[in-house]
Amino acid sequence: MTFAARRAAIAYAFLGIPLVFFVGVRFAPMLYMIAMSFTDWGLLRKTVHVVGLANFASIFADPVFLKSLVNTAKYAVLGTPTVIVLSLCIALILDRVPRGKGVYRLLYVLPYITPVVAVAWVWRWMFQSPPLGIINAVFVSVGLRAHEFLNSATQALPSILAVNVWIELGYCTIVFLAGMQTIPSSIMEAARMDGASGWQLLRRITLPLLLPVTLLLVVVEGIQFLRIFTQVYNLSYQALGGPLDSTKSATLYIYQKAFTNFDMGVAASASLVLFAIILAVTLVQLKLFDRRLNY
Amino acid sequence: MAATKGRTPAVAPAYVVLSLLSVVMLFPFLWMLLSSLKDATQIYQMTLFPANPTLDNYVSIFLSRNSRFPQWFLNSAIVGVATTVSVLFFDSLVGYTLAKFRFPGKRIIFLLIISTLMIPTEMLVIPWYALARALKWVNSYWGIMFPGMISAFGVFLMRQFMATMPDELIDAARVDGKRELPIFFAVVLPLVTPALAILAIFNFIGNWNAFLWPLIAVATPRMFTLPVGLANFSGEAGANWQAIMTGATVSMLPLVIVFLIFQKQIVKGIALSGLKG
Repeated sequence: MTFAARRAAIAYAFLGIPLVFFVGVRFAPMLYMIAMSFTDWGLLRKTVHVVGLANFASIFADPVFLKSLVNTAKYAVLGTPTVIVLSLCIALILDRVPRGKGVYRLLYVLPYITPVVAVAWVWRWMFQSPPLGIINAVFVSVGLRAHEFLNSATQALPSILAVNVWIELGYCTIVFLAGMQTIPSSIMEAARMDGASGWQLLRRITLPLLLPVTLLLVVVEGIQFLRIFTQVYNLSYQALGGPLDSTKSATLYIYQKAFTNFDMGVAASASLVLFAIILAVTLVQLKLFDRRLNY
Repeated sequence: MAATKGRTPAVAPAYVVLSLLSVVMLFPFLWMLLSSLKDATQIYQMTLFPANPTLDNYVSIFLSRNSRFPQWFLNSAIVGVATTVSVLFFDSLVGYTLAKFRFPGKRIIFLLIISTLMIPTEMLVIPWYALARALKWVNSYWGIMFPGMISAFGVFLMRQFMATMPDELIDAARVDGKRELPIFFAVVLPLVTPALAILAIFNFIGNWNAFLWPLIAVATPRMFTLPVGLANFSGEAGANWQAIMTGATVSMLPLVIVFLIFQKQIVKGIALSGLKG
């Protein structure tokens, strides 16, 4: 055996188990799921039949599924810009304070590091109706009226969304700060020499140079909000995704179809739809930003 | 940015904003902790500090005979440590192979592994469950752990780090007649400990916090991980808020400790790229 062949053999030996893993636990399940979305596969059924597009027809005729898609869109469309704009502002402020940057950064990222289930239950406790919830207690004490929050079909989704913004904020702030570190100070100095104001520096230099980082965050956070599950599962009232399905996300719909109703085929087609949406949104974002990056 | 000082007199308002935000970010944790120190009579009084702080809630969730909490804590620890050890070994081995070996198909294999990052967990849990049922893995540690034994993100991270490593050291070890696996353990791994630390921390945090798959993979309360247990706590504890807040506090404790020790690596890891699982 030549030296090169021996080295290649060693490489394949090292890669053996991982390749079996990636094919067996990532690709094959994905393909299996796509195939099963065209069948009436159910955990309680003995046989499996091909049903063509019947599952897709049934979910798109299901008002709960359509509602879950609308809710998912609300989470993503409202949540992503909110968290990006807020974290950008925080990062810009943090970048100019002379002291304590590290400490603030650490405080802000704490919600991102801790278990979502645990912080969700803390917020659930704080959102309680009077006299149990601290937020309502504060509202009442300053003369505002008490709110239903998670118990209301109109306020529950924004409340869950706010909690997720609170969770993701520190993460985005750190990524923005890291992006700002890469801006060469010589550019700033030169612009300042030319008499640029602080606002001009921000608009003409900082923000354009942060565009790649912003793109990364829009994609990551967009996917994050489109996939929202744990927050909804642990914060929703009056049945999962309640009240009245007003907070139900697409992922929660899929979970319930699969593991409450055991309609695996229907759940598989719903997850295929969600996957297509995530993929399409990501590609469109990349495309739009690509044009902006190359102006 | 010392030069900006003269031009930006607005440092005081900046600190006001940052401190107010700190209150918003930290108050839930404070309220959780203080609630866990209250007894059943104080929990519904909206006073910030408990009049008579007590550790009874902690004693009760850890020591009372029908509490499953210690078991959940143990389950989470087992799952977190075992998957992290596995990920560290396989991801660094694959990263090393892809960075330092030449063989046919290398590029395709790399792309194949990286492309799995595009597949969200939600798309896979249904077939994973079918697989786990067929192989009788449901409700076992292996059933909870198997999807996370190797991480594509970790492979990517380790490959990037390994690529910057000088070849001379590895070649020198080969000339000395060392075999490949000992070279990997004795020469390669010590050179990438910073990357291993980042990978270990994020993998442990991710597994400790994981919810969707453990929720599906377990069937009996004995096998719950902490997040699954907490989500079911309200049923078990009967809206016993002081117990729920105590459980939440304890579930965060290992992470807060990891966080305080490794804050530099965590900030660096987040800055490196999007690390969410």
